[in-house]
Amino acid sequence: MESQNRIWTTFRKKPMALVGMGMLAVALIMALFAPLLAPYDPNERVDVVPSDILAPPGEGHLLGRDDAGKDVLSSLIYGARVSLIVGFVSSFFSMFIGTTVGLTAGYYGGRVSNALMRFTDFLMVIPDLPLMLVIISVWGRGLWKIILVISILYWTYTARLVRSQVLSIKERQFVLRARALGASNYRIIVRHILPQVMPLIIAQAVLDISSSIIAESTLSFLGLGDPTLISWGMMLNFAFERAISRKAWWFLLPPGIAIVWVSLAIILIGNALEEIVNPRLKTHHLFNPRNMISLMLAKPLLVESESPPEVTP
Amino acid sequence: MTTLEVRGLSINYLTDDGVALNAVEGLTFSLEQGRSLGLVGESGCGKTTVMLSLMRLLPEAGRIVNGQVFFEGRDLLQISEGEMQAVRWKDVSMVFQGAMNALNPVRTVESQIIEAMQLHNVVNSKQDARKRAGGLLELVGITANRGKQYPHQFSGGMRQRAVIAMALACNPRILVADEPTTALDVMIQAQIIELLEELQRELNLSLVLVTHDLGVVAEMCDDVLVMYGGTVAEYASSDTIFNNPGHPYTQRLLKAFPDIAEPGSDLASIPGNPPRLDSLPPGCRFEPRCHVGNGEPICLEALPPLVEIEPGHYVACHLVKGK
Amino acid sequence: MEKIPILRIEDLYKQFPVTRKFIDRIKRSPKQVVHAVDGVSFTVAQGEILALVGESGSGKTTVGMNVLGLQVPTKGRILFDGHDVSDWATGRLRSGKNGDGLGRLSRRKQILSLRRRAQMVFQDPYESLNPRQTIWEIVVEPLEIHNLGLRANEKEARVRAALEDCGLAPADHFWSRYPDELSGGQRQRVVVAGALVLEPELLVADEPVSMLDVSIRADILTLLQSLRKARDITIIYTTHDLATAGYFTDRMAVMYLGRVVELGPTVEVLKEPRHPYTQALVSVAPVPNPRKRRQRVILQGEVPNPIDIPSGCRFHPRCPIATDECKKTDPPYVEISAEHEAACLKI
Repeated sequence: MESQNRIWTTFRKKPMALVGMGMLAVALIMALFAPLLAPYDPNERVDVVPSDILAPPGEGHLLGRDDAGKDVLSSLIYGARVSLIVGFVSSFFSMFIGTTVGLTAGYYGGRVSNALMRFTDFLMVIPDLPLMLVIISVWGRGLWKIILVISILYWTYTARLVRSQVLSIKERQFVLRARALGASNYRIIVRHILPQVMPLIIAQAVLDISSSIIAESTLSFLGLGDPTLISWGMMLNFAFERAISRKAWWFLLPPGIAIVWVSLAIILIGNALEEIVNPRLKTHHLFNPRNMISLMLAKPLLVESESPPEVTP
Repeated sequence: MTTLEVRGLSINYLTDDGVALNAVEGLTFSLEQGRSLGLVGESGCGKTTVMLSLMRLLPEAGRIVNGQVFFEGRDLLQISEGEMQAVRWKDVSMVFQGAMNALNPVRTVESQIIEAMQLHNVVNSKQDARKRAGGLLELVGITANRGKQYPHQFSGGMRQRAVIAMALACNPRILVADEPTTALDVMIQAQIIELLEELQRELNLSLVLVTHDLGVVAEMCDDVLVMYGGTVAEYASSDTIFNNPGHPYTQRLLKAFPDIAEPGSDLASIPGNPPRLDSLPPGCRFEPRCHVGNGEPICLEALPPLVEIEPGHYVACHLVKGK
Repeated sequence: MEKIPILRIEDLYKQFPVTRKFIDRIKRSPKQVVHAVDGVSFTVAQGEILALVGESGSGKTTVGMNVLGLQVPTKGRILFDGHDVSDWATGRLRSGKNGDGLGRLSRRKQILSLRRRAQMVFQDPYESLNPRQTIWEIVVEPLEIHNLGLRANEKEARVRAALEDCGLAPADHFWSRYPDELSGGQRQRVVVAGALVLEPELLVADEPVSMLDVSIRADILTLLQSLRKARDITIIYTTHDLATAGYFTDRMAVMYLGRVVELGPTVEVLKEPRHPYTQALVSVAPVPNPRKRRQRVILQGEVPNPIDIPSGCRFHPRCPIATDECKKTDPPYVEISAEHEAACLKI
């Protein structure tokens, strides 16, 4: 569609956005082709001699070995899978929940809106981390449980954003026109309101990816991650418990840097998108009367040195 | 005495790609002290550009490429920016389109009028300024003590009056009003027209009225300049323009304007659309919509010059011959 | 030709509550209402063009919205082809006239049957088209909503006919474009085309030309007029501009503060206005000829706040000929000629 082309053209002109895209591409490739890229399979049982445990980087093990004698680089590459799956899937779910709540509250207004928004506020003011900890410890650990917990806690901002946009869009004349044509509420929402809010939702969802990744890492770091999968947060957890005393920086730094890398990439992309799609005041006219009045009122300086305006005969 | 004289004014806009678009070409007119001129045209014809260039307030992309603007004998395009600032508001003042909705919401109406006077040093003391601001408000039909109120406490018509009072703060010789009645209700429109007429008489103001509304021009103006596609189509006294129009565009524009005195009469709109700046026809800019010409080569090739076909009646059309 | 009334408005009232400030709620100050429409009755005949003229706040747009069932009247009723519009628009018609069976349709079908027969043209062509839809999507959407069982080629024929009837020919040239690629006049034609594909019987045109350039206005008005001729559509044209109304409407209702103050054949009302408000409006309408400048009757002040409507005749505070009696008595309609009436005690 035309407007999407426009967004893409503007996007391409933003260097930071392109840097972000590049950084994200590296992570995506790592995740997609992990079995090809990783020198070892981290799930394979390895027989270790004591000198292998936390062995520093060297031949055959670029980033050294961890406390179980496994290759850190391979774990790091496989860990990208968990982080990215959690990031993308949770952000998709929270986008879905937030958009539905925001559209419903904004379009129908009244009591529906009040009830939904009070619930949203309630979730917003509750500190996320303790709540996640409680839910996971009651519910048990697992990849999908983590994804769900993050999704149901991270949609609130999207809901607020969508609702405020819908409130102004639904007053516009083309929505009234659709109503006069006999369009159902569902059609008005899906065909006329959603497309106007979509770019903002996408920008917000992209930013949500990075918060989801960080949330997952936090949970894993606190020992509540999926025990069957390697993730960067879990690597940090092990490193923190067992490697620090041995000064094994090669075990601690890589997962930390990886988390920062991916989050930064996504924030760069998200910020650029948001800058492009966020609605600003657009004026129909050549100029804004307020500025003109202040220009007209500019204090006479009576500086003689200024040159006359450009007049080419 | 001629207060304002514009000779051969041409203005280009530079696009981002460095292409110059010809927004105004060869604009010429003059305005006597105490008279009123209507600058008429459809949206995009360049009338706002002309108005801004008189004040040298063109947006950055605008370039005056040719011409002179004489105010009381002095070419405003040759003086320094500092001198120009002394001319703006004090000698030549302006009522901007939509200015009534752009008043500062957190300052009283009076203080906004006083600001203009203080910046131009036309008052000596605060009391003096208050007194004059009160007088100005009374002049435009607002009780002086309402000056202590904020813009949102004023109705639309009153805000427009306040904006006019502001424009008059420094006793200008010329008042340029851009669509001063557009977006106002019919009765308020009539009130503002009446007010401008009174002010013009009492203060011996010269008035330039920029508008698309032929009716308002016929009510108020002595002379009319019809613009089309950045050029002057026709320039004559109001009576000539409305009763003996020479240019095909003027003729059609009048036919397209409903006259309340003749209800039920036929209206004929002008087929086609005004030219866009980036695709101006090579010859006469009205040629693609003209009903008089039949694609005569000269109309297709050359921009018609502005010719005086009878005393005081200027027409830019290859097919209109002088008498 | 005998005129069949297709639309009958009976004593219509529409009020909107004023949202009270927090401080007013604490002070328990009484709830206030805006009296947008305050007792309006008139009928419109099949194939007629009626002008509803008034300043902002006169209630003309509200009347239009109620006629289409987009708002529900506070009091009074509107009958369109014999059915109560507010029931129809909410799908609550129970019995059908002449056994047309409308009352037996489902709610949704009732609503759609009203929408199909009564359509609207909006004021601002820059706002009333969805900027993310192509012209094709905009004009075909009504057909999709109403699911008329048309085949693809029939749909295309209908869209093409609607666009070309509205002066957008050849239609293929326009339908892949987006609204922001069109001029204001072309957009307004798309709006009209979008209403016409459903082949409605009633069209409410709410200030359709006030945002357009003078040279294009006549175009849109001529288009509306030709639609009446070609399709026998009934049109309600709301406007603040007497001159455009004078050009193409049959009858004119002048509104002031929620009430019709004068109603009659357009030419008669404009040539011989009887209500002092109409007289003032006619006298201040700018005439495009300096030789015809007239004595203007300028009313002082502005239209009062529709929250507190003046007692007696609502026009008396601004009326140049008001007397004490006007402050007390709400004037009844006085018949001036067969079809011409005005609400003034001084006639």
